[in-house]
Order: sequence, then C-alpha cells, then structure tokens
Amino acid sequence: MAGASEPPALTARLRPRWWRRGMPQTQTAYVGVAFAALIVMIWILAPVFMTPRNLLNISKNFSFIALMSLGETLVIISGGIDLSVGSVCALSAVVTMMLMRFLSATAAAQLPGATITLAALGAMALAALIGLVNGLFIARIRLSSFVTTLGMLSVARGMTYVLTQGRAQYPVGPDVALFTRFANGAVLGLPTQLVYLLVLIVLMALALRHLVWGRHLYAVGGNAQAAALTGVRVPRVVVSVYVLSGLAAGFSGVLIAGWLGAAPANLATGYELRVIAAAVIGGANLAGGIGGAAGAAIGAALIEVIRNGFVLIGANTYWEEVFVGVIIIIAVLVDQLRTRRVF
Amino acid sequence: MGMEYGAIRALAEVDYTVAPGEIVGLIGDNGAGKSTLVKIIAGNFPPTHGTMHFNGREVRFRGPEDARNAGIEVVYQDLALADNLSGAANVFLGRELRRRVAGLSIMDHAAMTRRAAQLFAELKSETRPEALVRTLSGGQRQAVAIARTRLAAAKLVLLDEPTASISVRQVAEVLDLMRRMRDHGQSVIFISHAMPHIFAVADRITVLRRGQKVADKPVGATSPEEVTALITGAVERA
Repeated sequence: MAGASEPPALTARLRPRWWRRGMPQTQTAYVGVAFAALIVMIWILAPVFMTPRNLLNISKNFSFIALMSLGETLVIISGGIDLSVGSVCALSAVVTMMLMRFLSATAAAQLPGATITLAALGAMALAALIGLVNGLFIARIRLSSFVTTLGMLSVARGMTYVLTQGRAQYPVGPDVALFTRFANGAVLGLPTQLVYLLVLIVLMALALRHLVWGRHLYAVGGNAQAAALTGVRVPRVVVSVYVLSGLAAGFSGVLIAGWLGAAPANLATGYELRVIAAAVIGGANLAGGIGGAAGAAIGAALIEVIRNGFVLIGANTYWEEVFVGVIIIIAVLVDQLRTRRVF
Repeated sequence: MGMEYGAIRALAEVDYTVAPGEIVGLIGDNGAGKSTLVKIIAGNFPPTHGTMHFNGREVRFRGPEDARNAGIEVVYQDLALADNLSGAANVFLGRELRRRVAGLSIMDHAAMTRRAAQLFAELKSETRPEALVRTLSGGQRQAVAIARTRLAAAKLVLLDEPTASISVRQVAEVLDLMRRMRDHGQSVIFISHAMPHIFAVADRITVLRRGQKVADKPVGATSPEEVTALITGAVERA
C-alpha cells in the first residue's frame, strides 16, 4: 500500500545525513581540515617544520593571539566587535611591570610571589574595568561596539604612553625568575602559555555548551529582540562578554610581558586585526550568534603556521600578509557558499 | 478578568475582557491598535492610563517578565525565535531546565530535548527538537513558538497572526490547537486578518478601528460581512 510506506520515507528525509548536520557542517570543522592539510604541505616542503623546537616556537607565538581570540569570539558571538584588545594587552603588560617595581619597594617584597601575583591581578583588574566600560557604553547607552572600542583602542594605547612616557618597562624585584617560569616555563613538556590556552579553551567550550549564560549569549547574537522578549537579560550578557574580552587581553599582556622580559609601549600594536582575523577564520560570524572556542584557537594557529611556513620554505615573506588575507576571505566565502547549498 | 486602558491615540478608552477558556478573535485594519493592545497586555509597555485585572486581581506589569509570571504568553507575528538555536533551545529560552553537577548549575539538555519532543508531538508537528530553527518551515517555526506557551501552561495566550504564512494543513492544526487550549481552560486572544480562521474557532469577536473598540459580540451574532464593514468603517459601531 502506497500510503503506508510514505511515513518512513518522510522520516528518512527529515533527518539529514551526518555530514549535513552538526559539527561537520560548521566552518570550524573544514577550516580544521584545511589546517591539517596545510601542516602536511609545509611539512613536505620543509621537514624542519615538524621538529619539537619549531613546534614549541609556533605554539608560544600563537598562544597570545589565540587567548585574545577567545575573548574576541565571545564578543563576536554577541554580535559586537572589540577593537581595543591590542591596546588593552599592551596597557596590561606595562602596568604589570610598573606595579611589580612599585610593590618591590613595599612589604609585599617580603612574601615570595606576592609582588608578581598582585601586579598581574592589578593589571588584569584594570583590563576587566576597561572591558566593563566598553560593555556599559555598548549595552546600556547602546553605542556601536565598533566606535566604542575604537575609541578605547586609542584611550588604552594613549594611557600606555602616558604611564611609561614611551619608555619600555622591565620586570624588577624578587619575583622576576618566578614571573618568567609562570609566563614562559613548561608544564609536562608543554609551554605554559599553551597550557593556559588549552585550559581556557576547554572552560570556554564547556561554559558555552552547558551554562545558561552560554545559551543566552548565542540567543542574544542570533536575535537580541527575541532574547529580550523571552526574559533574557540582554545587557548583562553583553557586558559580560566585553569584561571577559578585556580579561583575556589583560592576561595575554601579562604573559607577553613575562615571555619577552620587557614591555615596550608599542607592544601588540595592530594585534586587534590578527585577533579578529583568527576568530573569523575559526568560524565566528560577525553577524553574531555563531562561533566557538576551538575555532578561535584553530584560526590563530592557522595564521601562525602560515607565517612560520613562509619563513621555513624560504618564500618571500612579504607575501605572507597577502596569503593570510586571502585565507580570511576564502574561509568566509566557503561558509557562504555552503549556507546557500552550492555544494 | 477585566481590563481597561487608554494609550493616547493608539488606543483610546478600550474596555476589553477575556473569560477563562474563551477564544476571542481580535480584528482590525493595520494601525487600528491591535499591536498596541497586545503589547500592553504582554507588559511590553504600560498603559498611559486605565487599569488591568487578571485572575480577579489588579495587575501592573513593569515588563514582559511580570506578565509571563502572571500567566500571560505571547506568540509574536515575527515569532521572536533565535534562528541560530535549535527548536528545543527556543522553546526553553529564558527558562532553561537545569541540573546541578558538582555544585554548578548546568543546563539539562536531555530533559529539554525530551520535553520539547513531547510538546511537538502534542502539536502533531514533525519538528525535530535538535534541528536549528533556521532550517525549519514556517509551520514548524509556528509550532516552536506555540510550544513555548504550552510549556508555560499559560492562562492567557495572545497569538499574533498565527495562521499567516503557513500551509493550509498547518493552519488546520493551529486552529485545532487553539480549540485544545480552550478545552484546557486556557484563554486565547487570536489576532488575525484571516476572517475564515477567526470565524472557525473564535467564541467572540472584537473589532478595533482607529484605536477604538467598535464591536464586541459572540460569533453567532455577527457575520463576516458585518465585521468587514466594521473594520473599514462602513458601519460605525455594532
């Protein structure tokens, strides 16, 4: 009977094949595949790529950008953008150094680890405060995130120059060695920067998937009006992502300072564009509502592997920026074509 | 339940009541004040003057949350769904089921998916709870929006053009659903332009014109012709 055989056929069509749904359907997944292919290609062209020493170098270099990309991705999911991350990173780095020097002359110097702990926490509190100001202007006063954070980019960079009078800052006091171990040491053979990054990726992925906050963040990015109608506290969610983005940039600044052993006032200039590029390549959609922790890290790693590969292969490094730009456009283009079911 | 308001110009001195287990058709031309009335009842903005009674008590909603807590749910014309989330996620948006794991309150995905599937089955909808709303048909999106109100066990549900832009078969289902809501003692305010749909399910019809109530009578005591005349103003009042 024709009528009886119809429902099963309908059910079969309702549930799409596995590659048409879920994770394999996301931009993050195919950028991950492209990333793996790129690694194999560079490995063949320059076998030195796969040496532990080179991989260590890459992982250190990309961790800073990836950390900031995590925060940036949250902002992008909410439907906004944070252009201030590079400047906040630099401000945090110099404030860490200056607080360290100041605290070394106080009673805190008596307690091992106290100066660097307080200095790092102070710098990150300042970074979070900047994020809070960004968030309040954007969520409460409804200024555009682009303009607000563009202004903050300038304010934070300017403050960095005012505080340092343009002079680079260096770590001083009893905790310099500890600071280096914290920012540029090793845990189980892995660089500490990479360990912090991996831990934060896992925490962020879990929070986005399992906390009500994560669900509400995606809802705000997908349809802020609908979210508000269902009782989601939209301003609170929006403020939270700018604070977290500030914190991520601040933490990255602390780590860069410890890694370099110096914090020039022009540190991390222009990083915001690399950070946003990493998030976008990794699948964060600037229209809001889409993105994830793994994507941000894969995007940052992809950019760094390209940089590194260009050097190792001996290609003209002037082409590197061109290549990264083309990758950004291709990643977004492929996503568009897939959404339109071109293939 | 009794209500009366007046928001200047948009709605002038409209007395409006809905009895428990009653479907009231609310009809009127664009700009007649339907949306304003809906938004006042839903708590989106307070009436500039007048009072509102719900369940025998005077209520004053400061926001949609207050109205929801009182037992009033709205299904908006644009459905107010987040396209990037699943059907289940949208059904539970703003009232996610949680469970405690190691002292942390996290979402109970399995329970929400199960309950959403149950609600969709009650609606006889083929919506899959895990499917992203972006991939759903108009009728399935409607089912998601209506499932939200079922979940809340709302006493009063406002449906804003629920039968617009969905298939004929789904229209019949949505009308059926309204009848089932009435059978459960839920009140429904059914806002629509589609006269046949209103006459098919409504117990009573209220007509608004230029912010004023021009008619309020049982379905049996009026006709589509009279209502049309009232909407356009060919007949002043009935």
